[in-house]
Amino acid sequence: MFKSRNRMLSVTAAALTTGLILSSCGGATTKDAAPTAAPKSCVDTSGDTVKLGFLNSLTGGMAISEKTVSKTLHMAADEINASGGILGKKIVPIQEDGATDWPTFAEKEEKLLTKDCVAATFGGWTSSSRKAVKPVVEKYNGLFFYPVQYEGLESSKNIYYTGATTNQQIIPAMDFLKAQGVKTLFLAGSDYVFPRTANAIIKLYAAKLGIKIVGEEYVPLDKADWTTQVAKIVKAKPDFVFNTINGSSNVGFVKAYYDAGLSPKTTPIISVSIAEEEAPAMGHDVSGNYASWNYFESIKSPANAKFIADWKKYPGNSGVTSDPMEAAYDSLYLYKELVEKAGSFDVDKINAAAKKYKITFNAPEGLITLDGENHHISKVANIGQIQPDNQFKIVWSSGTPIAPDPYLKGYDWFPAATRDALVKAAG
Amino acid sequence: MDSLIAPFLNGTADGALLLIAALGLALTFGQMGVINMAHGEFLLAGALTAYVTQQVIASTDLSILLALPIAFVVAGALGVVLEATVIRWMYERPLDTLLATVGVAMILRQFVLDAFPSQGVGVVTPDWLDHQIDVFGYAWPLRQLFTILLAGACLSALAALLKFTSFGRQIRATVQNRALAETLGVSTRMVDRITFFVGSGLAGVAGVAISLIAATDSTLGTKYIVAAFLVVVAGGLGQLKGTIIAAWVVGVSTAFFTDWTTGSIAQVIVFVLVVIFLQVRPQGLFTVRTRGLA
Amino acid sequence: MTTKLKSFLPLLGIAALAIALLVVAPAVLSDLRLNNLAKYCCWAMVAVGIGLAWGRGGMLVMGQGVFFALGAYAMGMHMQLESVGDGGIPTFMILYDPLAPLPAFWEPFRSGAFTIAMIVVAPVVVASILGFAIFKRRVKGAYFAILTQALAVALATLISGTIKYTGGDTGLSGFTSFFGYTLDDPLNRRLIFTITATLLVGCLVVAWQLYRSRFGELLVATRDAEERVRFLGYDPANIKLVAFVVAAVMASIGGAMFVPIVGIMAPKSMDAAASIFFIAGVALGGRAALFGPVLGALAVGYGQSTLSEQWPGTWIYVLGLLFIVVTIALPGGIASLATRGAGLLARLRSSDRKAASA
Repeated sequence: MFKSRNRMLSVTAAALTTGLILSSCGGATTKDAAPTAAPKSCVDTSGDTVKLGFLNSLTGGMAISEKTVSKTLHMAADEINASGGILGKKIVPIQEDGATDWPTFAEKEEKLLTKDCVAATFGGWTSSSRKAVKPVVEKYNGLFFYPVQYEGLESSKNIYYTGATTNQQIIPAMDFLKAQGVKTLFLAGSDYVFPRTANAIIKLYAAKLGIKIVGEEYVPLDKADWTTQVAKIVKAKPDFVFNTINGSSNVGFVKAYYDAGLSPKTTPIISVSIAEEEAPAMGHDVSGNYASWNYFESIKSPANAKFIADWKKYPGNSGVTSDPMEAAYDSLYLYKELVEKAGSFDVDKINAAAKKYKITFNAPEGLITLDGENHHISKVANIGQIQPDNQFKIVWSSGTPIAPDPYLKGYDWFPAATRDALVKAAG
Repeated sequence: MDSLIAPFLNGTADGALLLIAALGLALTFGQMGVINMAHGEFLLAGALTAYVTQQVIASTDLSILLALPIAFVVAGALGVVLEATVIRWMYERPLDTLLATVGVAMILRQFVLDAFPSQGVGVVTPDWLDHQIDVFGYAWPLRQLFTILLAGACLSALAALLKFTSFGRQIRATVQNRALAETLGVSTRMVDRITFFVGSGLAGVAGVAISLIAATDSTLGTKYIVAAFLVVVAGGLGQLKGTIIAAWVVGVSTAFFTDWTTGSIAQVIVFVLVVIFLQVRPQGLFTVRTRGLA
Repeated sequence: MTTKLKSFLPLLGIAALAIALLVVAPAVLSDLRLNNLAKYCCWAMVAVGIGLAWGRGGMLVMGQGVFFALGAYAMGMHMQLESVGDGGIPTFMILYDPLAPLPAFWEPFRSGAFTIAMIVVAPVVVASILGFAIFKRRVKGAYFAILTQALAVALATLISGTIKYTGGDTGLSGFTSFFGYTLDDPLNRRLIFTITATLLVGCLVVAWQLYRSRFGELLVATRDAEERVRFLGYDPANIKLVAFVVAAVMASIGGAMFVPIVGIMAPKSMDAAASIFFIAGVALGGRAALFGPVLGALAVGYGQSTLSEQWPGTWIYVLGLLFIVVTIALPGGIASLATRGAGLLARLRSSDRKAASA
């Protein structure tokens, strides 16, 4: 049956050997004393324009959330251009589609940095997309501005995180619950890294606050129905539900919650992923429940009034504004501030400027300040209660901006061994 | 007691929903051999119909009921268009319909993303569904019972259509022996088209039911399509009773495993069990002779 | 042209492809494009296997993501451990318990040799167990397709649901080195490309040899008339099993090389949608032809990159339309254009001759 096996093997072996000989002239190994230097930047800002890359999923499942972020970035670029650009140079945005596919994010980031030679990149949403981009942006010593609240425990000299880290969203939410006199808490989340990490932190902090966790449920991101899990909430009768479910999976959860007879009167939900955009898509009056964000459309400030008015005028807008949009908007302005303080588009000079100067922006959410060491942002934490018009009424606020603490160094209940190991792993 | 009641009832409702989604497939895939990967997007079309109907008719009490027949027609019409433009070229090679309909599904998903608010639209549960029934101390959402009744209605209508109407006889004749049916004067082209209309229309009805349970956005279809196909295959092609039992078993066992483990592990266990079952009984629960699938 | 010579024509094609990939591409492509090409080559390896199982064997393998994942996760686990150094545990595990020992099934992947062995052995074992049961029970056609797809979904969900052990939905990432070579060095990425391209050529050689062997003929015979093959005294189950296992190994190798190239491995790269994407390239290129799957996979990968650069946000309409049009108009895929062209040429030539003799 296999009379040609020997010949086949020899041909294959020959082909493989040839290839391996060709490839044996490899580069640096990890044992080499001096690794090859990072590729030289090809960014050219000598003209009167500067290219910036926007990397968002415009297709696939995550386009649900990321399309709006992309539009907000374009709006911010238009605004900055109208007021003279960055260092007098007009922004030329280059949009790429991450396609809800993490290898594609890596590919497009590399394309933006090495082919388009953009000065900085903006975008991403899921932790996977950020983790895919991270090695690329570090390798080419580029810049990536990430606009979404996330699980923290990360830092990179080439990434700026303009959304909240856990101590600016999750931990304040727990403080709020404590202030509300909550005794028992149920954790409901999607089955991926943000809810898992957030809930690990919540459990540690809850133990310190004396709040009892009476249940913890995870549902796969692509599963729609929450009825079985909500039945467990009904049985556990918690004072509050801490909801770390992502994006559109919230709808299945919220529907099942009301269908089971739960309501904010008995068992309110506090969410960290439901914002002004998502609330109307729930198909139910969700008023009375809570969300923890830094930005709400209802914040009264001249900067926010301008932001909202501009957005409503912007073609293809989604009507309302939300936290991730605002964080994306801020990211471009922070970049402008960084470049102008540094007097250059050079990444190393920008990072030096971030450390040397106090980089601030009068954002729609209030004055925000960049932390030059960990590349996160000081933000005010707010808890909003959903109103019947799907706007949020701020019922609790940290008042002053909270300094970003991605590794929770200032929190003694967070195990030092974990922190040290994570910091060490991050290098 | 309570811990058994909730998963049983909710699993039955999940199974009922899966059944409506799978009934359409049982027709187009089971009877015609077409692998319509855009079936999930027909579910989405039904859910969007529910949303649009609610925008037009203010009373949500009424609009959800009206949406059911409208969604049937809308999704059915989509099915006929798909049949007339794409599927009809591929009856000789049914497995090829897979790739073409994947292309159709990609286009439909992106169209929904671009044409509707990208973060999804909210379909409001009517007040008369916003209640619970007390079953041995468990407050069972009425919406679950509605899904089960809807599945029963769809099933009865389909069974009656296949069994008692002349059109039903024509479908069964075409499935069992296309050439002979043609010789006897049955217009098999017409039968194909109507079968596709009914099968896709059922997806529309399922979509309305889903819009009351989950998010109505471009990803809706992808969440149901694999499980629906699996149910049809496990049930055995060409027979509705197999599909019914398979949908119910998958629904209830998923609910129990979810109760005992986690949502993810439950899905893994059930899928693997179905795969093992198919190795023991390759033709599914029940089977009749069909053309061209084996 | 003699038949002897003709049977070696494919070898010329393989040689041409090898030269194009190993000599021309590195010379003319930028690092970025070469890395993209490396990624397409991984998909092409999966495609060669699908061509064997589906094109020649008639088994529509809709769950090649399972085998892709076996190779990819083996490689990913090894590179992850290599990156954290001796005795370290992957970063994503630290959160749950910084002092926890490495899970037992991770430990052997510290060894590079074990990893390479597993990339080949794991798919052989899994595909054999799976295939043996399936083919002995004569599961065929659409049943087989849906069944394999369900397995891809089940594995993707399992990985997502076991975040503490596998990194879950976010996957494995943050690799710094590949068998001792730093990934940051452009030269090393060229090395990885060369290895990938060589492996792809190797897969093609294997497929070519299988196609022209008696086994290849039996496989096609099984596809076209399984009962007759049985009557002739062969067991179709064994024939299919071999094709299925070979396809699984190719998918696994493709998956293994995918990881150092793209730098992240998550369930999204192997779930039902990804598995269908693998098939799309094969169908587009022409599943039964030797070069069809390879060219199709390379074309789909290239098309995806360039179309999405050209029209971000709308490119998916173009790709979708392409799938529809090719399936309707070119059942044999792009490769059939060549045969059709040859057929047309032959007809023209014979009519020329007729005209001349008239």
